[in-house]
Amino acid sequence: MEPLERYRPIVDDFEAFLAACERSLGNAVRVNTIKASVDRATAALKADGVGYEEADWNPRVLRLETDSPGSTWASFHGFTHGQEEVSAVPATVLDPEPGERVWDCCAAPGGKATQLAALMDDRGTVVANDSNLGRISALRFNAERLGATSLAVTNDDARNYSLERFDFDEFDRSLVDAPCSCEGTIRKNPDALDGWSEGYLDEVSGIQKGILGRAVQATREGGTVVYSTCTFAPEENEAVVQHALNKEDCRVVDFDLDLEHSPGLTEWDGQEYDERLERAARIYPHQNDTGGFFVAKLEVTA
Amino acid sequence: MGNDASGGESDADLTQNDGQRFGRLPATADERTVEGRVSREAVVDYFADRFGIPPETFDEYTFWEKGAGKIWIYAGSAPSPIAIEAIGMTCLRTRQEHWKPTTDFVQRFGREAEECVIELEPEEGRAFAAGEDQELERWEGDWGYLIAAHDIAGELEPIGVGLYVHGELRSMVPKGRQREL
Repeated sequence: MEPLERYRPIVDDFEAFLAACERSLGNAVRVNTIKASVDRATAALKADGVGYEEADWNPRVLRLETDSPGSTWASFHGFTHGQEEVSAVPATVLDPEPGERVWDCCAAPGGKATQLAALMDDRGTVVANDSNLGRISALRFNAERLGATSLAVTNDDARNYSLERFDFDEFDRSLVDAPCSCEGTIRKNPDALDGWSEGYLDEVSGIQKGILGRAVQATREGGTVVYSTCTFAPEENEAVVQHALNKEDCRVVDFDLDLEHSPGLTEWDGQEYDERLERAARIYPHQNDTGGFFVAKLEVTA
Repeated sequence: MGNDASGGESDADLTQNDGQRFGRLPATADERTVEGRVSREAVVDYFADRFGIPPETFDEYTFWEKGAGKIWIYAGSAPSPIAIEAIGMTCLRTRQEHWKPTTDFVQRFGREAEECVIELEPEEGRAFAAGEDQELERWEGDWGYLIAAHDIAGELEPIGVGLYVHGELRSMVPKGRQREL
């Protein structure tokens, strides 16, 4: 937990934050509305004798009272997909509509890409890209199990992604759920902080800036880009968004989120950020008994 | 059925199938430009003839081939041909004597089926999902590929594809999809 000490100045009730980080996390699933309504999925869980609790902020997110959420008929039929509660946030913030063209830049293993497809009623095009070929097979497996017919899967580096292969030249919306130091997954992966270093933050934030920049460029004027990570480090969050604000045509916009959260930072380690970054959301583990997450919503302005 | 070569062009005019990229199926056999490629019409007719799935179910979808005979169903936008990792989901294996739908396709679209659907009892459903073959003498319909389904919370739900021959239902659920439930 030592690396988390640096967040003492920015986290309210830091001791509760640390205590939450040390508790393991329960099993959450998202209802896959491509294959079943919430009523149908919960009826299947009841028939299996699996208890559940609906998340207040999103009726499609269920907290299961079982240690093996993958061994239910609901899971076998693809009615549910194991997905941490906060990882269901960015797709709802992107809020895609049926028929749109949407890019998930870092899509494997596919939980968020299939959620985007579900939010679009599986109508339209979700380009699910990942740079890691080894993780593409998991993405494909999940897409098929969940019955997502609107996904086109590609294997490229998002930083210099080309749309030439498609019959359209810009996206309506893009999701950058960036590779990160994963501090917020500590409750699922107790060794998440083992390799932590400031050097790694420098390295990964360079990649994050490259991907977010390309996502803004590839999205149409008036379109939406959501940037998210599962980490607390401002170097990987507000600083990355600030870099996009400086280099690309975009601005930070408001969004509604019915989960308790803190505003984005406007200052960290001597650096000042655009005051609109307060509109981003920092979700800490002790606020809703979840993992940690960062989300910012951008509008493309040219 | 998969080898209907009655097109307007002779086979000499057809290009070879490139297994590394996706090509959209021609609307009909007459419009075929790739050797051995089935048409959209043949695929939709197969689902209607074999399983009673209404053809209009697929009005908003396109069908694609990659590899030899592997057919994909897609709701999105793409030019043909296109070299990417996946387009929608696999739905059918052609270029063989008996076409075979995929487990994930029948889970997604099999609720529309009215024929060749075999209803399994709870224990039979569990065995099927675990990949086990089982003796089922009661089936009096066609042999070949069937949709295995079971009741879940009061509604019939397709589990996957089974091969029925000689009084035995063989589970075709792929290894990676099999579960002990």
